[in-house]
Amino acid sequence: MYAISRSSLIVLILLGLGFGIYPLVGDSYYIRLLTKIMALGIFAMSLDLLIGFTGLISLGHAAFFGVSAYTVVWFVVKMEILNAFLIFPAALAVAGLCALVIGWLSIRTAGIYFIMITLAFAQMLHAFFKDQHYWGGTDGINFNDKPMLMVGDTVLFDLSNKINLYYLTFSLMVAAFIFLAVLLRSPFGRAIQGVKVNEGRMRAMGYNINHLKLMSFVIAGCLAGAAGFIEATRTSFVNPEYLSWHASGNVMVMVILGGMGSLYGSLLGALALTLLGDNISSLWDHWLLIMGGFVIAVVMFMPDGISGSIESLSRRFRKASPPREETGP
Amino acid sequence: MSEIILKTQNLSRHFGALMAVDDVTLSFERGLVHAVLGPNGAGKTTLINLLSGEIPPSSGSIHFKDQNITGLPANQISQLGIGRSFQKTNIFPIFTCFENCRLAAQSRMKGSFRFFRSARSYKQINALAEKGLEMCGLANRRDTIAQAMSYGEQRQLEIGMMLSTEPELLLLDEPLAGMGAEESLKVIELLKRLAKDHTLILIEHDMDAVFAVADRLAVMVNGRLLETGTVGEVRASKAVQEAYLGSDEEGH
Ligand SMILES: Nc1ncnc2c1ncn2[C@@H]1O[C@H](COP(=O)(O)OP(=O)(O)OP(=O)(O)O)[C@@H](O)[C@H]1O
Ligand SMILES: [Mg+2]
Repeated sequence: MYAISRSSLIVLILLGLGFGIYPLVGDSYYIRLLTKIMALGIFAMSLDLLIGFTGLISLGHAAFFGVSAYTVVWFVVKMEILNAFLIFPAALAVAGLCALVIGWLSIRTAGIYFIMITLAFAQMLHAFFKDQHYWGGTDGINFNDKPMLMVGDTVLFDLSNKINLYYLTFSLMVAAFIFLAVLLRSPFGRAIQGVKVNEGRMRAMGYNINHLKLMSFVIAGCLAGAAGFIEATRTSFVNPEYLSWHASGNVMVMVILGGMGSLYGSLLGALALTLLGDNISSLWDHWLLIMGGFVIAVVMFMPDGISGSIESLSRRFRKASPPREETGP
Repeated sequence: MSEIILKTQNLSRHFGALMAVDDVTLSFERGLVHAVLGPNGAGKTTLINLLSGEIPPSSGSIHFKDQNITGLPANQISQLGIGRSFQKTNIFPIFTCFENCRLAAQSRMKGSFRFFRSARSYKQINALAEKGLEMCGLANRRDTIAQAMSYGEQRQLEIGMMLSTEPELLLLDEPLAGMGAEESLKVIELLKRLAKDHTLILIEHDMDAVFAVADRLAVMVNGRLLETGTVGEVRASKAVQEAYLGSDEEGH
């Protein structure tokens, strides 16, 4: 059952302060990198809703990230519309709609079949964008003008400004976290966690499991879409790699590494993996080897991920007082 | 008085060549306690699984009140007011007892998608859950994680969860299995209390318990219905004595 523990609260406050203050002191390279990390953090939290809380192991989650990114390109390049008040909801809607269709077709399967079918759908979309000249094929599409928040012709917030985009991303990350934390306390949130723990009993008690799973899948798809919007805007570039199984696998590693079912673990996973990749990839060409070793080490020595280790460490520090159980309404 | 609440007609279910439930035609009267007896592997659990929609029948039909519920999925059958408990404990081990019952009660909420208000703030649902805990005797275990309790207590929780959905027809699959003597007595008392305003279909190997609460008996052997009737009628039946009760009583 999801509850924000004291140690996670401390990590969250530190993360919030760190991300919030960094642009005031940091350099522009890292501002861009941290924007990416926060976008991936949203992406990873959205997958955690599926893996960590609903028990749906999707290996095609990048599909929603990618279609959202292509939606941004479509507006900016094909329609020459830059108003983010239009593009952002549209990108979320397209991602959510894709999740509705793919989810509807996938959630009837379980276990390994669900993993395979979600992967297959993402690969289909990947192949679609790769083959279509209209969508730029393998090379993808570059664009110059970034979306901006504007009313009529008045620009409120120009996202080609790095700091602006940074703080928009930061706000979205905070909003996504709060949204998910509230969601997980709600009747719906409790129900999906019940599905993860004991699907059969949930059904016997009268719950429509498919509805619950599909809803969760769509919400996760929309959130992944939010992340895709940011990443497309940040890079001014989209290519089929956005939807590749590398991207799906990568975000899954972030969730597992960070610790499933904790939300903030996904943020830590995105931070750790991206920073690590950024540092060692500039040092050595075979950096993926080190990365692989790192992932194996974490999985072996921290089976509950980074957040799991934080929780058990903090429990050890507070041994005098027994671990608190969830109490009271 | 003898209104039929649930009825099966030529109900069968096979697993491969095995007829787990074989051509069972049975009626259950509203307000009574019906016990289903039979040796291991007789098909009792399979019968409950068919009645609760856990598995679909191979042939035959099931009617609840005037509605044909044959082949309805378990969640829809639950929503009609048929609750069940499981022979093999089937709970949410990592949740508290209260949350186990609260989730059960929450299934009765109209409209399944509520996203923003805290689940703990729905007073009626909480009250249902507390009532379920109270009835199954776990009110003092309210905030204990289910898996930290004894096996017997987990069996009690199993019943509490079923009760938190407020069913009118209860399907109980060996509720006393694995309970200590004291817990058993408590649950038998609970069954007697429930019998006043519910219809019960009870599978139980404990004969003392069965004779203490049951109004009607049905005996199954090898998937087939051997005998049905009042407690007296079934105890007097020659076939039953040979097949089941006789050997059981000698064993004591
Ligand atoms: N899902 C299944 N697949 C295959 N065979 C099954 C399945 N479920 C039950 N059976 C078989 O059907 C027969 C009846 O089983 P069932 O569990 O209904 O018996 P029971 O009367 O409840 O026995 P017990 O008193 O041991 O609980 C058994 O032979 C069992 O092995
Ligand atoms: Mg059985």
